[in-house]
Amino acid sequence: MLTLDRKLHRDLWRLKGQALAIAVVIAGGVMTLILAVTTLEALTGSRDRFYASHHFAEVFADAKRAPAGLMPRLQAIEGVKRIEPRVRAAVRLAVPGFDDPVRGLLVSIPDGRQPTLNRLKLLAGALPEAGRDDQVVVSDAFAEAHDLAPGDPLEAIIDGRQTRLRLSGIALSPEHLYQAAPSDLMPDYRRYAVLWMNERALANAYDMEGAFNSLSLTLQAGARREDVIDALDLALARYGGTGAQTRHDQQSHRFLEEELAQQRLMATVLPAIFLSVSAFLLNVVMGRIIQTQREQLAVLKAFGYHDVELARHYALLAGAIVLAGWVLGVTLGAWAASGMASLYREYFRFPEMVFRVPAWALALSLGVVLLAALTGTWQAVWRAVSRPPAEAMRPPAPARFRKSWLERALPAALLGHEGRIILRNLARHPARAGLSVAGIALSCGLLMVGAYQLDAVEAMLDQQYRNVLRMDVELTFVDATPARAVGELRHQPGVMAVEPWRRVPATLVHGHREVRTSLLGLEPMPQLRQLLDAEGHARRLPEAGLTLTRHLAGELDARIGDTLEVAIMEGRRRRVRLPLVALVDEPLGTGAYLRRERLNALMGEGPAISGAWLLVDPGRMDELNAALWAMPGVAAIGLLADAERGIRDYLDETLLMVALIFVTVAGSIAFGVVYNDARIAFAERARELATLQVLGYTRAEVSRILLGEIALLTLVAIPLGWAIGIAFARLLNQAFSSDLYRIPLVFTPQAFGIAAGGVLGASLLVGLLVVRRLGRLDRIRVLKAVE
Amino acid sequence: MDNDQDEVFTTRGLTRLYRMGEVTIRALQGVDLALYRGELAVMLGASGSGKSTLLNILGGLDSPSDGEVHYRDRAGQDHDLTRATQRQLTRFRRHHVGFVFQFYNLISSLTARENVAIVTDISRDPMPPEAALALVGLAERLDHFPSQLSGGEQQRVAIARAVAKQPDVLLCDEPTGALDFRTGIRVLEVLEQVNRETGTTVAIITHNEVIGEMADRIIRLRDGRVDEIHANARRRPPGELRW
Repeated sequence: MLTLDRKLHRDLWRLKGQALAIAVVIAGGVMTLILAVTTLEALTGSRDRFYASHHFAEVFADAKRAPAGLMPRLQAIEGVKRIEPRVRAAVRLAVPGFDDPVRGLLVSIPDGRQPTLNRLKLLAGALPEAGRDDQVVVSDAFAEAHDLAPGDPLEAIIDGRQTRLRLSGIALSPEHLYQAAPSDLMPDYRRYAVLWMNERALANAYDMEGAFNSLSLTLQAGARREDVIDALDLALARYGGTGAQTRHDQQSHRFLEEELAQQRLMATVLPAIFLSVSAFLLNVVMGRIIQTQREQLAVLKAFGYHDVELARHYALLAGAIVLAGWVLGVTLGAWAASGMASLYREYFRFPEMVFRVPAWALALSLGVVLLAALTGTWQAVWRAVSRPPAEAMRPPAPARFRKSWLERALPAALLGHEGRIILRNLARHPARAGLSVAGIALSCGLLMVGAYQLDAVEAMLDQQYRNVLRMDVELTFVDATPARAVGELRHQPGVMAVEPWRRVPATLVHGHREVRTSLLGLEPMPQLRQLLDAEGHARRLPEAGLTLTRHLAGELDARIGDTLEVAIMEGRRRRVRLPLVALVDEPLGTGAYLRRERLNALMGEGPAISGAWLLVDPGRMDELNAALWAMPGVAAIGLLADAERGIRDYLDETLLMVALIFVTVAGSIAFGVVYNDARIAFAERARELATLQVLGYTRAEVSRILLGEIALLTLVAIPLGWAIGIAFARLLNQAFSSDLYRIPLVFTPQAFGIAAGGVLGASLLVGLLVVRRLGRLDRIRVLKAVE
Repeated sequence: MDNDQDEVFTTRGLTRLYRMGEVTIRALQGVDLALYRGELAVMLGASGSGKSTLLNILGGLDSPSDGEVHYRDRAGQDHDLTRATQRQLTRFRRHHVGFVFQFYNLISSLTARENVAIVTDISRDPMPPEAALALVGLAERLDHFPSQLSGGEQQRVAIARAVAKQPDVLLCDEPTGALDFRTGIRVLEVLEQVNRETGTTVAIITHNEVIGEMADRIIRLRDGRVDEIHANARRRPPGELRW
C-alpha cells in the first residue's frame, strides 16, 4: 500500500486549505463539548472533594433558642450520625476606609478548635484562641475584597452593641462556597462577610449561654432523610424551630446546584447543537470532496484495487482531517475551559480547582466526528465504486438542464449569460444546492444563538432592574417591626419614598410537589417593587389569595384557581390553604406574593414589617448610610445598584464569555462551510470556467459566475438561518429556565445583523480567496486533460 | 503465428445498452469475436462504433447487457466474465489486464515512478517500476510529476504502468488520440516492442486506419457489430507508418 499511502499524503497537502477549513468546523463542535464538559467536571469534582474532606453536613436546622440539654435527645434520633449545635447571628460590620454598609453572618465554632462538621479550610492565620472573645476568622472572599490580613481590626454591631473585633485567620467553609447574603442573588464580597467566632464569646454576646439556635448533622448510610427531618422538627418545634432542611435547600449548596444544573445543560444542549451541526457539515463536505475524486477512484479501480482498499484510502484521508480537527478542538476546548474554570473560581470559592478533560468526552467527540466523516466518505466512495469503472471514468453524461421556473419568470435581459449559468447550475443539482444552503443556514443559526444570548441577558437584567426592582435601598430589620417604623424612615436624610414589606419563610405544597420559598407581603399597588404581567405592565395585588411568579407556579404544577397548601415556617408555624389567584412574569427568582395585611393576619400579628424599600436622593446617599448605621434595629442595608452591578459583572464574565466563544466558533464554522462549498464548486466548474475564459470572457466576468453562486446561496440561506437561530434560541430558552433566572425570548436587530453579517463576511472572504485562485487557473491544462 | 487454437478472449452475442441522459444507446449489438494469445490486434471504427465499449467489457471495466464473454489465462483456465462478481472482475483486472487510456489518467499527485508503483504494489509478479519506465524510454524522468511531462511522456508513463505488472493482455483505448504524429509513432513503437519482446497480447482501438498496418489482425466495427476481420500478411513496423 506504500504508493497509495504516498498519494494520501500528497492529497492531504493538496487539499490543505479545505482540510483546514473542515478541521475548523470539527474543532468548533468538539471545542464546545470539551469546554462545557470539562468546566462542569472541574466544578463538580472540586466541590465534591471539598465537601468530603471538610465534612459538609447533610441536614441543617435553625431554631429561636434551644437548650444544650436537648442535644442527647437529638443525637439519639435514628439515622443521625454526627450532630453539632452552634449559634448563628446576623451582624453589621464596618471596615475602616469603606463607607458602604456591610452585612455579616456570625457562626460559632467550638472554643479554640475546628468544628466536627463544616470544617474550615484555613488559608491564613489561625483559629481564634480558646477563651478569646474578640477574635474572628473571616471568609476569604471578604478578606480578599478588602485586602484584610490576620491581625487587622473590624468594627461590628453585635446585638445592638458596637464591638471591636480582630482577625485571627482567613478561611473557606463548605457551607459558604457561594457567599451571597440571604436575600441576594449574587455574591457581593465587599458588602457581605461570614465570620467564625468562639462559641462562648458568641453565646455571651447573644444571650445564648447553654443554648443553640442552629445545628447541622450528617446521616448514617441508609437513613431516611424525611424521618430524621420530621423527628428534628418535632423536637425543635417548641424552641422556635423553622424547619430542618437538607442540602437541597441550603443556600450555598442550592446556588451551586443551580449553577451546575445550568452548566450541565450547557454541556448538553449547546454541544449537541454545535456538534451535530458540524457533524452534518462534515458529512456533506467529505462526501463532496470524494465526489471530485471520482475519476481517480475509477482509474484505481480499473487497475484492480478492491473497493475495500479504496474505502480504506479515503477513510484514512477523512480520518486524518478529522483527527487534526479533533485535536484542535480538544486543545482549544481545554484551554477555554481552564479560563472558564478560573473565572468560576471567583464566584465559587473552591480551595483548589481540579481540572481534567473527561475521557468519555474525548471518546464521544472523536466518535461523533469520525462517524460523521466516515459515513459521508463511505457514501461518496460507495457511489463511485458501485458503478463499473468504465462508466465512472467517462465524463458524466450531459446533465439534463432545464430552464427553471425562476429563470422563466425573470426577463432574459435581466439575467444575462452569467445569471443564466448560475441559475441552471443550481437547478441542475437542487439537492446539492439545498445542502449548501442548509450548511450556511445552520452556521448562520449558530451565530444567531450566540448573539441572542448576549441580547437576552441584557433584556433580562433591564427588566429586573428597571421594571421590577425600582428601589435604591433595601433595609432588613433584625426582627419583625411595627409598621410605624415607616414614618421614622421617611424622615431620614435623602429618603424620597418608603415602601414596607413583610417576608415569612414558607413551604408551598401542591399535590406531591413542594417548594421552599418565602411569602412576600406587599402594598396593594407596589411601586418600588412592581409586579409585572405577561405584557410587562405593573399590576395590582388581588384582594386575597396568592400571586406567584409563572416559573414557581410551573414548578408546583399549579394553575390559577388551584388551592395551595402553605406551611409557614415562622412564629406559630401554621398551615393554611390559599387559592392561586394571579401570575406575574419576573425573570429572576421564585417569588410568592400576597397583600401585607393578609400576611399579617395569617401570622396572627398586627401591622408588622420585615423591612422597607427606599427611594433615595443619590446626592445624600452617604448621609443616609451614616443615619442607618446608627439604627440598631436594622440588620442589613442592601444597595440595589451594587446588587445590579454584581449580577451584571457575573453574567458579563461568565455567560457573555461563553456567548462570545460561541459566536467565534459559529463564525469559524460558517467560514469553513462556505469555503469548502466554494472550493468544491470551483473544482467542479474548473473546465467550464476555463472554457469561458478561453472564449474571451474576462476574469471579472467569470468570477461573477462563481461569486454570484456563493452570494445567491448565502442570501437564500440567511433568512433560513434566522429561522434556525430562533428555533435554537427557543430550545435554549426552555432548557435554561431555572429558579435563579429565566432568559427572555427577545431578538434584537443586532442579533439578526450579527448572524447575517457573520455569514456574509465569511462569504466575502471566501470570494476573495476563490477569485485569487481563478487567476492561477491553468486554462490550457484544464481543457486538455481529464485528471 | 501459432494462434490457431489459443483464444485469450471469446465473445458471443455481446450486447451493451446505455442510457445517456434521456436517450438509450445501443453500443454493442451482438458481437462474436476471438482474440488470440500473443497477437497484436487493432480494432478500427468510427466514433460510436462500439469499440471502446467492447474494450471496456473485455477488460472487466464494464459488464454486457446480454451475451457472453470468456477469458482464458496462461494456465488455460477459463474465466466467465459475463457472470463474474465485481470482486472477481477486480481480481481479473488486478492480475491479468493492463490498460492504456486516451487521456493517460495518471494520478497527478504522484511522480512517474509512483504512478507505476501504484500498480506494481498490488501485482503478483511485477517488474520494477524503474525497469518499466526504462522500457518506454523514461529512465531519466522517474521523479517528474505528470504536470512536468509532455503528453507523449505522460502516455508512455501510462504504458509503463500498464506493462509493469506483466499482464497477459494490454488493452489500449486510442493511445495516440491525444498526441501529435511523431509522439504517437514513438508510443506505438513501445507497444509493438512490448508485444514482440514479452508476448503480451495487445489490443489497440483507434479510428486511425493507418495504425491497422502494424497489426496481426484488423477488426473493423460498425454500429456495434463486427463488420470485417482482416489478417495482415506482414506487420509493418510503426516507424514506417505515416498519417
